[in-house]
Amino acid sequence: MISALEISNLKAGDTYKYSGELYTARDQAHKLLVEAICSGRRLPIDINGAVVYYAGPCPAKAGRPIGPVGPTTSGRMDSYSPILIGHGLKIMIGKGPRSEEVTRAIKKYKGIYFAAVGGAGALLSKCVTSSSIAAFENLGPEAVYRLTVKDLPLIVAVDSEGRDLYEIGPKFYATK
Amino acid sequence: MRQIETSLITEKVAGLCMESNYFLCKDVKQALKLSAEKEVSPIGINVLNTLIENAEIAAEEGLPICQDTGMAIVFVEIGQGVEIKGGSLTGAINEGVRQGYKLGYLRNSIVEDPIRRKNTGDNTPAVIHYDIVMGGKLKITVSPKGFGSENMSALKMLKPSDGIEGVKNFVIHSVKTAGANPCPPIIVGVGVGGSMEKSALLAKKALLREIPNHNPDPFWADIETGLLGGINNLGIGPAGLGGTVTALAVNIEVFPTHIAGLPVSVNISCNATRHLEVIL
Repeated sequence: MISALEISNLKAGDTYKYSGELYTARDQAHKLLVEAICSGRRLPIDINGAVVYYAGPCPAKAGRPIGPVGPTTSGRMDSYSPILIGHGLKIMIGKGPRSEEVTRAIKKYKGIYFAAVGGAGALLSKCVTSSSIAAFENLGPEAVYRLTVKDLPLIVAVDSEGRDLYEIGPKFYATK
Repeated sequence: MRQIETSLITEKVAGLCMESNYFLCKDVKQALKLSAEKEVSPIGINVLNTLIENAEIAAEEGLPICQDTGMAIVFVEIGQGVEIKGGSLTGAINEGVRQGYKLGYLRNSIVEDPIRRKNTGDNTPAVIHYDIVMGGKLKITVSPKGFGSENMSALKMLKPSDGIEGVKNFVIHSVKTAGANPCPPIIVGVGVGGSMEKSALLAKKALLREIPNHNPDPFWADIETGLLGGINNLGIGPAGLGGTVTALAVNIEVFPTHIAGLPVSVNISCNATRHLEVIL
């Protein structure tokens, strides 16, 4: 959890270290969660105020809570995210730009979207202190994992006012 | 005839799958280090340093660099004087992938049907490309390919009149459209010529070239240099968050083509570009 006040203070481009709980969810988990919402079924996880990390880990070696677990491309979740945000999801972690619909939903519901560094799965896995499967175990790497993380290094990509670093950053550095 | 046992092939492929996933290619790591010195965006420098540190952690602790341990792309050059003993060569390679991904704690990322999407549970089948060559040796290259970058690849059948400007525009357009998604800094593989599928295969093979080597033809080497500059001027930057280093290399491979055609393929590879080979 990150408080509403903390979310409102974070601006696109800020770095942030997240400590706490989160759920991993990627393509198939999103599809199943949204199907459950649309058919009025109870969700297997409580997404209200939750942190969702778009990731599918490698298997854990002995003595480790999890294998490498970096972010996957968030854009593939864009068609599902506004529905989840409308049902209480506030905080998303992934990589890559979001659609206008998602950015609008983030602004409307005062959420936030963080980028984690894609390709840094080994480093990011060292921030995970515990891991368990929370839902959809049969999906293998696409299952929903409940992770506890300490100091997960993030960058604010879309802040609660809808400012988008994926738009601002490249525009600033492009050669005119 | 030189005889090679399938059991040896399986063992070697399993090892290649694991090692290629744990150790970032030396040339890529070196290119990341040089980029960190060149980059001007503070966030970009931070991202590049994170990637270098990540590669070091992975190598020291025997962990995959990236959780997307890829679809196993395997290039095989088999000498005409080689006889495979003990069963099917394709079977032996797939068994190697199966064992390597299990023993190496690599992620199983393959679904058996593109629409029904049930995980095969062992990362098989591999995509295998065979070339028959002269001699009595067998060369196997394993290149685990992540799909964040694979998804951003593109192919276009240009007209001959589109010329080199058409090729350049298509490459730049493809990289610009890909933006942050393929995990920049990227390596851009370009295949020009041949037929539709030949250009795609050339683009994929271009990703195996060591940085900073260029196409041996000075004409194409110049195009590579020009495109790398053009891509880095886009401002996409490390992780796509803005910066001056978007690509580490642009590698172009070419092949004769039809009088009516100019096929161009762009295959993008991420900052965790991995490949490893063995010669038996």
